[in-house]
Amino acid sequence: MSYITKSPWIIHYDGSSCNGCDIEVLACLTPLYDLERFGIVNTGNPKHADVFLVTGGINEQSREVVKNTYDQMPDPKVVVAIGICATTGGVFRECYNIMGGVDKVIPVDVYVPGCAARPESIIDGVVRALGILEEKRTKMTEKGGK
Amino acid sequence: MSNQIVVPFGPQHPVLPEPIHLDLVLEDERVVEAVPTIGYVHRGLEKLVEKRDFKDYVLIAERICGICSFTHSVTYCNAIEHIMGIEVPPRAQFIRTIWMEYSRMHSHLLWLGLTADAMGFENLFMNAWRLREEILDDMEATTGGRVIQGSSKVGGIRLDIPDEKLGEMVDHLKSIRPLLEESNRIFTHDQTVRHRMRGLGVLSKEEAWDLGAVGPTARGSGCDMDVRSTGYSAYGELGFKPITFPHGDCLDRCLVRSEEVLAAVDLVERAVAKMPDGPIEEKVKGNPDGEYFAFSEQPRGECMHYVKANGKKNIVRHRVRTPTFTNIPPLVKMLAGIELADVPVVVLTIDPCIGCAER
Repeated sequence: MSYITKSPWIIHYDGSSCNGCDIEVLACLTPLYDLERFGIVNTGNPKHADVFLVTGGINEQSREVVKNTYDQMPDPKVVVAIGICATTGGVFRECYNIMGGVDKVIPVDVYVPGCAARPESIIDGVVRALGILEEKRTKMTEKGGK
Repeated sequence: MSNQIVVPFGPQHPVLPEPIHLDLVLEDERVVEAVPTIGYVHRGLEKLVEKRDFKDYVLIAERICGICSFTHSVTYCNAIEHIMGIEVPPRAQFIRTIWMEYSRMHSHLLWLGLTADAMGFENLFMNAWRLREEILDDMEATTGGRVIQGSSKVGGIRLDIPDEKLGEMVDHLKSIRPLLEESNRIFTHDQTVRHRMRGLGVLSKEEAWDLGAVGPTARGSGCDMDVRSTGYSAYGELGFKPITFPHGDCLDRCLVRSEEVLAAVDLVERAVAKMPDGPIEEKVKGNPDGEYFAFSEQPRGECMHYVKANGKKNIVRHRVRTPTFTNIPPLVKMLAGIELADVPVVVLTIDPCIGCAER
């Protein structure tokens, strides 16, 4: 166990979601699901965050914001695409203003399908992302060691 | 005159889960003007009517917003049913009303929690969201979905609620009613809440009317406006009365919502007591031809769906006017003259739902 897996901080951005997945992400932080028991804290500042949760597909306006937020996060970082819209575009994939899933703009590590994604699956996705985060950190330290 | 500076607020910010951008023009700590920019979550789903069957489109209409989801699908169904002259069976109307009131309860509790969070009252935030989960439990047990239900269809509803389950729902609501009242007492009497919200972001009755405020924003300013008074779905048979408060400040907008949670509990109890027997859907034959404006009262206010059809299976035009969009001019009025630190609380009091407003 490293310092990161003990207390990873998350940041959430709504690409162009209908709100369903957003409030489920928030519900994860409240008493019934209580993500904070894993030491997870929701932050608004990308420079504090290790895990990036994106809900909704990507549109013209949100493309730059998502990319900026991702670029500002320090390495190692992981991205979790929450909901079917963030994964592929979902029911909105044929809309004129939707480019598709989040992976059109930034690399995604974990996909959490569902409409809306249930809090249980969001937590599962985040916990999986923590494993990937740890792997990335190990790789980074090995590189740094050499 | 002192120097003016512009503080950008959003789109990625810690106050709301959704992106909205405001340019706040400040003189020292005081906001002189607020200029909103929207469009961060625009998807263009109204255009999808041209590609989807009008019956399948109910599911997309539901995904306009993840909080008022059920109300959006019912309003769209109402429009189609009026065009096609479909008589929806009374039992379906009553069950729709029950689900709409459950949506209102969960939306208002969510809002009360977020407002407490914006004030820095973390405990109250957690408490409101804990109560909301109790409402969502029944929602999930009856529809299968927590926030997106998919249980409305053109001509009725997909699922019936058995009578014994209706009884259990009422018992459950009775058991959580004291907890809801307790949480309301905090909003009414707590010094911290009053200090942060009383006299803040005042919108007078005339301004609310002139700027086109709707829903709890208008009712908090003393305007007696509620589409449920027109008696759509089963509201006409439940003896509905709108809740209004006179001062037009943040606290009154908050009290309208906390009172409406209890009023929704009463409405559900009355609907279950009067629940008629019978079928839950009417067969739909043919395609719609004509146009209709359907109105409904969402948790955030009056919502309008305009549908125009020409006898084909795809609809020609679907236009939605959502409460958040109409509440943005009143919000800009409220923001002028307040201090920068109060901006998050005031922005929240219109209950902004950007997903709705931009679709």
